[in-house]
Amino acid sequence: MNYLLRGIGVVAAVGVFSLLAFSLPSGDAHGDGGGNVLPRTTNKAWQQECASCHIAYSPAFLPKASWRRLMGGLDQHFGENASLDPATQADILRFLEANAADSGTSRMGSRVMQSMGTNQAPSRITETRWFVRKHDEVSKSVWSRKSIGSAANCAACHRQAEQGVFDEDTVRIPKQ
Amino acid sequence: MIKHLLYGGLAVLGMASAVAAADSPASLMAQYAQQAGVPISGLSASRGAALYRTEHPGRNGEAVSCAGCHTANPTQAGRTRVGKRIEPLAPAANPQRFTDAAKVEKWFRRNCQDVLQRECSAQEKGDFIAWLSQAR
Repeated sequence: MNYLLRGIGVVAAVGVFSLLAFSLPSGDAHGDGGGNVLPRTTNKAWQQECASCHIAYSPAFLPKASWRRLMGGLDQHFGENASLDPATQADILRFLEANAADSGTSRMGSRVMQSMGTNQAPSRITETRWFVRKHDEVSKSVWSRKSIGSAANCAACHRQAEQGVFDEDTVRIPKQ
Repeated sequence: MIKHLLYGGLAVLGMASAVAAADSPASLMAQYAQQAGVPISGLSASRGAALYRTEHPGRNGEAVSCAGCHTANPTQAGRTRVGKRIEPLAPAANPQRFTDAAKVEKWFRRNCQDVLQRECSAQEKGDFIAWLSQAR
């Protein structure tokens, strides 16, 4: 066998290996934290890409159908172009589906589903009945305070939101 | 045989690291200038500054510009529409900027669409980096 053929063989072997390695779902769940603490579920692309503009919202906040629609329209993502390369997009969607509210993998997800009609697929977490009920004591003027801006900015009040902690004890509503 | 496999493996690793070699503002400017068919001296920091600052009508009719989120001074941190911090764009304040060609292309693709409602040209991208590289 000449060197060229061997070289090609090695390149092919490495290629096949990396294809296999990267096509496996890369999400990793570590059990439900219970209560208002989300399971420590992470995926590198989800964290890196989604959290470049807002906190990486937990998959448990919306059902699979919502995530599918959202990931299919990233070029018009709530008024902004958030398009991704196809491989990253598929990797993130797999992770979102595997841990979605209706995947049965978290208590938080089950609660979100309890207050949702079957076949419902809201576009926004803030549209779910679960979210609305949880925040019914927060008035409109609070959401529009300068340091909060909008209900999409979880971390403005839930100071440990980026760590998946939404316990009431960790809530501090900014005064302005 | 094992030796040959080892050499083959090393060659593959060598190729992989060449692909992953870090980009820099200077190397990206050179690439964009080449794509635009101009010498590097044909890139203009002042045109880049104008591109950064000029307001355009956005999708919802409101005025949008790069400076709108990144602030008027690119050595300062900006804020996304939902309030998350954006690290400074100017390499002088944030050495991570313009060191990954794929990331740079991703954000030009997205943000040029959002601000200009079209893709940016290679010339515009080169001008933009020329302006940010000298922002202090």
